[in-house]
Amino acid sequence: MRAGPITHEPPHLAALADPAPSTDPHVPPVRRIVVDREPTPVRPPEDRQTIREARTAGPERLRVESLTVTFPTRTAVKSVSLSIHQGEVLALIGPSGCGKTSLLRTLNRLTELTPGARRGGRVLLDGEDTDEMQDTDLRARVAMVFQQPNPFPMSIFDNVAFALREQSRKRPRKSELEPLVTDALRRAGLYEEVREELDRPALRLSGGQQQRLCIARAIAPRPEVLLMDEPCSALDPISTGVVEELIHELRRDLAIVIVTHNLAQARRVADKVAFMYLGDLVEHGTTEQIFEDPRATRTRDYVRGAFG
Amino acid sequence: MRRLAPDTRGLRSGVAGGLRRRRAPWSDRRAARALGGVSLLIALGIIAMIVFVVRGAWPMISHQGLSWLGSGGDVDRQLENMLGTSGNPPSSAYYFRAWPLIYGTLLTTGFAVLLGLPLAILSSIFIVEFAPPSLRRVTIPVVRLLAAIPSVVYGLIGVLVLVPYVGNHLITAAERTWMQNRVELTGAGLAPAAVILTVMITPIMVALICEALITVPRAWREGAIALGLNPLRATLAVTLRAARPAIAAAVVLATARALGEAVMLSMVSGSRSFTPSLADGRTFLFEPLRTVAAAIIESAEGVGAPALYAAIYSLALLLLFSALALSVAGYLVKLPLRKYQVRA
Amino acid sequence: MNAFASGQLDLAPRRRGRRSSIGTWRWSDRIVLLGAWAAGLTLCAIAGAIVLYMGVRGIQYLHPSLLVSSPEAALDQSHSGGILDPILGTALLSLIGILIATPLAVCSAVWIAEYGRPRWLGRIMESSIEVIAGTPDIVIAIFGLALFQTQLLAGFSFVSTVGGAGASGGGVFGRSFLAAGSMMSLIAIPPIFAATREGLQALPTHMREAAYALGKTRIATIRRVLLPGVRSNIATGATLGISRIIGDTAIVVLLLGASLRIEPAGSTPGLDVLRGTGSTLTSFVYDNSPAGEGNAPQKAYAAAFLLMLLVLALNATVNLIARAHERRTGQS
Repeated sequence: MRAGPITHEPPHLAALADPAPSTDPHVPPVRRIVVDREPTPVRPPEDRQTIREARTAGPERLRVESLTVTFPTRTAVKSVSLSIHQGEVLALIGPSGCGKTSLLRTLNRLTELTPGARRGGRVLLDGEDTDEMQDTDLRARVAMVFQQPNPFPMSIFDNVAFALREQSRKRPRKSELEPLVTDALRRAGLYEEVREELDRPALRLSGGQQQRLCIARAIAPRPEVLLMDEPCSALDPISTGVVEELIHELRRDLAIVIVTHNLAQARRVADKVAFMYLGDLVEHGTTEQIFEDPRATRTRDYVRGAFG
Repeated sequence: MRRLAPDTRGLRSGVAGGLRRRRAPWSDRRAARALGGVSLLIALGIIAMIVFVVRGAWPMISHQGLSWLGSGGDVDRQLENMLGTSGNPPSSAYYFRAWPLIYGTLLTTGFAVLLGLPLAILSSIFIVEFAPPSLRRVTIPVVRLLAAIPSVVYGLIGVLVLVPYVGNHLITAAERTWMQNRVELTGAGLAPAAVILTVMITPIMVALICEALITVPRAWREGAIALGLNPLRATLAVTLRAARPAIAAAVVLATARALGEAVMLSMVSGSRSFTPSLADGRTFLFEPLRTVAAAIIESAEGVGAPALYAAIYSLALLLLFSALALSVAGYLVKLPLRKYQVRA
Repeated sequence: MNAFASGQLDLAPRRRGRRSSIGTWRWSDRIVLLGAWAAGLTLCAIAGAIVLYMGVRGIQYLHPSLLVSSPEAALDQSHSGGILDPILGTALLSLIGILIATPLAVCSAVWIAEYGRPRWLGRIMESSIEVIAGTPDIVIAIFGLALFQTQLLAGFSFVSTVGGAGASGGGVFGRSFLAAGSMMSLIAIPPIFAATREGLQALPTHMREAAYALGKTRIATIRRVLLPGVRSNIATGATLGISRIIGDTAIVVLLLGASLRIEPAGSTPGLDVLRGTGSTLTSFVYDNSPAGEGNAPQKAYAAAFLLMLLVLALNATVNLIARAHERRTGQS
């Protein structure tokens, strides 16, 4: 490791590289490589603030009361209580294994798919106990987008129309489905890119497009709540930016709960933040409050990056 | 044990000399060539097989062209007549019209696949979706067992259990008298043959389809459940759909197996080259038939007679050709379905 | 089996959610549910019936004395003779078949997994093995018949004067243990090839890289490092191959004749048996059933029962090998 500027740079990167020559001769200069594409405009924090304040939170959609989730080997969620409103984005943050994904998956009773999972406490959707509903009805109203985009091995149209077809009594005709599919694709910001090719296989789309397709598929049946499990972790930065824009648009009609590892993303996207640690809900409040003035020490340590 | 020879050359003996005296290890190129040669041997073997079968069938083709695939006359009698030929028989001795055999093969294979495929798909769904763990532990060895039973055992049970049952309990005396001018109804015929053939090919399809259902990424099924489908519908709408290439492959494999089945069918199908016809109503199921493979194995004794030899080999050529065609069909059938999958 | 586990709805929580009760499913779903259960249970029932029936008949007719006495040519087959020769015949054929098939299949699998150039040869070879796997055994028997009637190989086969079909002098060439055994090797090659290739592909690349880094040639790596690692795969494939050989009838009927006992040909000890004819359990069952010339279903049951026991034992062996391999290496 030699000190001094690196001399063998490929010409096109040289213009972008930002060598910060250090004064210490033993430390090699840091070189940041910038992606040479147009960066997505991200709203500066101040604008975000005003927009958030201008919007009044809608009615309460989901209420979690003393939820406990245990698996055979560990307790994932310990007596968590939360409230989720329409028009708001709630971010669940915390280090790996803190239970945020388990909490999210309990909201649409997906934890039931894991053998040995047990649950205590209640989850109320619009005041109704979700345990008293049919799980298929619940999932029609509380939709989920997963970490890895998982479009079905069908055409784009069939993917978006999937839930619509399954949830209706009689087989709807394609003409009846078309406006709904188009609308969903528009709201997901994908329509312009695929309008010519709705019959193409969905798996041919790029990663970011696939995830937006999954979002379109999830919102097509007009759910009340949208759950997102680290939706951008498998995507490149451009697509991440696009999805975050989407979330801003979508929260008008939905309550959104997003689990994310990425603190910067939580800051950009969320209105409310819940910080979890080893199954406990440590702190819950608005984004500004959690990031700028956290009450608990652990929260402060986490958002400052002391551990992750 | 090597004796170290007394050394007179100083350092060049002893251990260093011993190492040099060891056999030089095979070089990679030699090994690659040797192993490649073995592989070539196998490929050549297959080509030899095709060549030999065509050569054996050649007299029939040269004397009868392709008309031996058509119908005309009683195949059993034709084969019997050929038994007596020797030396260089005239063209007339080669008279052969094998359509009843082909028809019998198509009938049995068709029935077996049509009955077996739904059975296999439903059983696979049962194993993967519904079976409680205790039953699953039983069903999987059961499928393996059914696939491993030799065809001669199936044939034995068929001829000693099923055929008498059909003959004594399912065929009425009236039917027997009605058919007696055309053929004798003994119970051996289409029904027992088709049933046993179904049982024989279903395990093959179940194994392939189960494996495909398990290999389909679970993320798809989970996504379907998250959209509000119940687990069965999720499996049907997504996983089964994604397994379509595997189902096609299973059908091809099962058809190939059914086409080539000789032993069981020769024991159970009646060995009379009669063409069962639907016009006979219910009796259609009980009429005897003969398949190509069964005819080969039954005529094998007389293979010294040149005309019979040529006839047998032409039938074998037909089977070989169908097997090859099925392999190609299997490959082609998977192609358009691959469009929608990540892999097939 | 692990993949099965996570698809279950198994939940015993303090609060129990209302599961998707079947009462709310569509009619089509309920029919499928019924059909699936019916199909699964039917297969189990059929297998159970077959096993029970063969078991009962087998115990009825398989006396230990049958296992050690040779068949006798007598008019009343039901009381005379045993099935020793067919047993020996089965064993001999399996031995010949496996001895020929294993080296061929393993070499080919190693070549395709580790070398594989030129590519066109690789594709031809893989297609050939697929063709073999898809060819009906009767066609393979026909091929063997023609093969062993050529000048080159006729010396290895038996001139049968039994059941002569009016041929001109001589009799039927092309029948012998060697002929049948070599054709049996063809049907054993695909399972051994597939198992070995799978095993080799499953071996982690770092095994090979470590050996190359130590300076070993590829062939030495294969011999010393890789082949021992796939020993159990080869064993599994060979066992499956034996199971197929034991169960095959068509090749035996065409290439081994129908003599009750093992009849050696010629005078060289060892080679005479190879050139001679005999019978196996499968052809014995075939001949003694109403479809053959025999009228001794009792013998047929006995031989068939033994056959099934052998096949079941071989399949159980495959499972044991696989499980032992799993325990040893942690792979499945």
